[in-house]
Amino acid sequence: MIKLNVNGQAREVDVDPATPILWVVRENLEMTGTKFGCGIAMCGACTVHLDGKPVRSCSTPISRAEGKAITTIEGIAEDDGTLSKVQQAWIEAQVPQCGYCQSGQIMSATALLQKDPNPSDEQIDAAMAGNVCRCGMYGRIRTAIKSAAGNTQAAKEEA
Amino acid sequence: MGKWSRRAFIGAGVVAGGALVVGIAVRPGNPTDELKPLLAKGDGEELINAWVKVDANNKVTAIVPHAEMGQGAHSVLAQMLADEMDVDWEAVDILEAPAIPAYVGADLGREFIAPTLEVPKVLEPTVQGAFLSLANMMDLQITGGSFSIRGSGQRGMRTAGAAAREMLVAAAAEKWNVPAAEITTSNSILTHKSSGKSATYGEFAAAAATQDLPVKPRRKKVEEFTLMGKPMPRKDIPSKVNGTAGFGIDAQVEGMKYAAVKAAPVVGATVEKIDASKAKTMPGVLQILNMGDFVAVVADGYWQAQKALGTIEATYSEAEGQNLDQGDVFARYAKALDEVGSDGGDVETDEGDAIGTFAEASKKVTAEYKVPFLAHATMEPMNCTASVKDGRCDLWMGTQSPLGTRRDVAKALGLDEDNVSLQNAYLGGGFGRRASSDVPVMAARIAKATGYPVKMIWSREEDTAQDLYRPSATSRFEAGLDDKGKLVSWNNVHTHLFDPQEAPQVPHYAIANHLIRKVDVPMHLRFGPWRSVDHSQQAWFIESFIDEIAVEAGKDPLELRRELLARSPRHLAVLNKAAEMSNWGSAMPRGHGRGIAFVPSFGSVVAQVAEVDMTGTKPRVTKVYCCADVGFAMNPDGVAAQMESAIVYGLTAALYGEISIKDGAVQQSNFHDYEMLRINEMPDVEVTLINGDHERLGGAGEPGLPPLAPAVTNAVFAATGKRVRELPLSKHSFA
Repeated sequence: MIKLNVNGQAREVDVDPATPILWVVRENLEMTGTKFGCGIAMCGACTVHLDGKPVRSCSTPISRAEGKAITTIEGIAEDDGTLSKVQQAWIEAQVPQCGYCQSGQIMSATALLQKDPNPSDEQIDAAMAGNVCRCGMYGRIRTAIKSAAGNTQAAKEEA
Repeated sequence: MGKWSRRAFIGAGVVAGGALVVGIAVRPGNPTDELKPLLAKGDGEELINAWVKVDANNKVTAIVPHAEMGQGAHSVLAQMLADEMDVDWEAVDILEAPAIPAYVGADLGREFIAPTLEVPKVLEPTVQGAFLSLANMMDLQITGGSFSIRGSGQRGMRTAGAAAREMLVAAAAEKWNVPAAEITTSNSILTHKSSGKSATYGEFAAAAATQDLPVKPRRKKVEEFTLMGKPMPRKDIPSKVNGTAGFGIDAQVEGMKYAAVKAAPVVGATVEKIDASKAKTMPGVLQILNMGDFVAVVADGYWQAQKALGTIEATYSEAEGQNLDQGDVFARYAKALDEVGSDGGDVETDEGDAIGTFAEASKKVTAEYKVPFLAHATMEPMNCTASVKDGRCDLWMGTQSPLGTRRDVAKALGLDEDNVSLQNAYLGGGFGRRASSDVPVMAARIAKATGYPVKMIWSREEDTAQDLYRPSATSRFEAGLDDKGKLVSWNNVHTHLFDPQEAPQVPHYAIANHLIRKVDVPMHLRFGPWRSVDHSQQAWFIESFIDEIAVEAGKDPLELRRELLARSPRHLAVLNKAAEMSNWGSAMPRGHGRGIAFVPSFGSVVAQVAEVDMTGTKPRVTKVYCCADVGFAMNPDGVAAQMESAIVYGLTAALYGEISIKDGAVQQSNFHDYEMLRINEMPDVEVTLINGDHERLGGAGEPGLPPLAPAVTNAVFAATGKRVRELPLSKHSFA
């Protein structure tokens, strides 16, 4: 049995420790928001957080998650269910088209803004270049990240 | 307004533009009742017609006959219906029409499309590339050809909404005993002002369902639109930011196992022998199947299946295409083109005397262009979940062609179509790939062999190497200019023509003499529709050559296009707007260049100007200006998003896209060798829309793609003086 902490909940799974986090989350835990895209960490569709840092779950064994907090797209809204600033910004900018890559995009953007609340264009490019969007919504992703960053800043100033 | 008896209506089958609702709802046998158990949920809910339902709580559900693959069709179709129906947009739900033939009947299909609206033949191909009849095609409920809004929306959903509104009004008029003309509707409320009566749509839902169907409900004029033409937020987006949107790959079926597959690398070969001695012993592995054309491993989990599959050694039979290399592909095209020369081949267009005028031309321009095979690379790899038991097959997936899939799976399993059901989900990208049924047929065969439900997922490697590719092609041109520098002769011969038939044609350009021909060069690979289909190759050929002609004629590329479009004000407006947006003609820094391209396709008109920076180690597209006229943009933000999307899809192909063949098999396997454009390479994109003809809508999903590649390579020429005659750009050195 492997003991996990997923979105703040304690979970146990009986799997080969080499199994990628992606398949444990999707199949064993039945949380399908995290997506399979390439299997070789080249597209970012499977991005989750391990202790707040973005990782490609298709290429990260579940053994590496022991003793760490896994956060998936299902776990980034506020406790009361309010969407996160990033999620709200994504709706406002009407980012998703097919939407398949967006869980990964949002997880990468969330991690970026946690690290750099006001990222430059270069920082956005560096943090997001690992996430492919085949519908080509990169322009809107940039807009949404800047908008979420603005909201974060505004929220801080209010506080 | 006259009323038709139900049978008479069907018998006549002539209601122009209004057939969608009425035809289905009242055809003999009354399939409306048949549909009730499929569509109605909850108490007091009544089916008014097949495309909209209203429940007693005033909830309105728009039932949309197309798949949602990111193009926003679900939401925009509902927007069109809701506007005509005067429905409270906030209370509108969307349901995809079930994949049943009763839904999109052939009678309806014929009335729906003929004779004024051309249906792109992209709608027709089956997995084998065979073509179906028009009526069958409509039966397939296909999403493709940039057709949903201009076809189903304009002719179906709007009429359905208007009809539903009239039926609600008629029901209220009857109950209140007042003239229908005195009843007004707004936000799902019926009001009779002078008597002070008012009611919600929900209150009259049941009564409305018993009303006679209006023959030709009155649709709104443009100035009456309340939702159409507005950038309404899409209804599917909230579920796409929190992980709850359901894609085919997310299907959960009781007792389901997972399958990984590997097909014979060369199409046409079969799996002769497999050594699965290691795979058999691996944890979680349940079954190893040699299916003839592919090997499948079924396991408790997908990763277990995929890992075991990787250990299997397979030997394959000889296949016809096994000696083909990429160089041979273009050599074959060259040979075929050499053979037909300047006047042979299958003639597509022959107007005037292209050969004679070329012979006498003061100036002659010739060029040859080549484009490679391309894969679709949808973000969601191909997958399908299937269950086959007790003479039935159930499928869960995302498809552009639900009814075609049912038909093909039924055929493959030897079942009656009625015993195959399909639950469609959101598509994680379509781009034409999900219009074919090769994938669900495989899943169904596996599920039949196992006897339990199986979710088959292709690896990205399989997705890349076993696609139905955008064909590669070569095109040759000869053009003649008269002594005044006027383009008078156009002679083109190209390999391959799939669809749309007009893709190689240039009727929008005023050129007196045309000869346009094709030669077929068969290839063993499987081909399929790819975003914008033949326009993706032909537009690059044509717009590159137009640019070359401009250079030879000593004209600015914009000026030449203006001359050629002088008789087409709508086209000229789009071209001029794109030029104006880009400040065409203004100076650019050294090593930078600007290129323009103009392409009408799928009923829409698009011009783009690309700016490139050639000072680095590889071409960098910094800016794309796009002007599009789709007739009338039902959701302007949605149309802009489609243009942005098509620009990226086209730019990815122009910069990197190449599927190559060695020993008959595809060489690329994943995103490391089939590269995608990423955010750090994303140009700034500016889109302007012109509503040029609100009566005749064009498509939005595809028309933004064709002009992109030529605009970019024309810009590369402007910056470097080097003419690109083979894509992708990554093949060329600009150092």
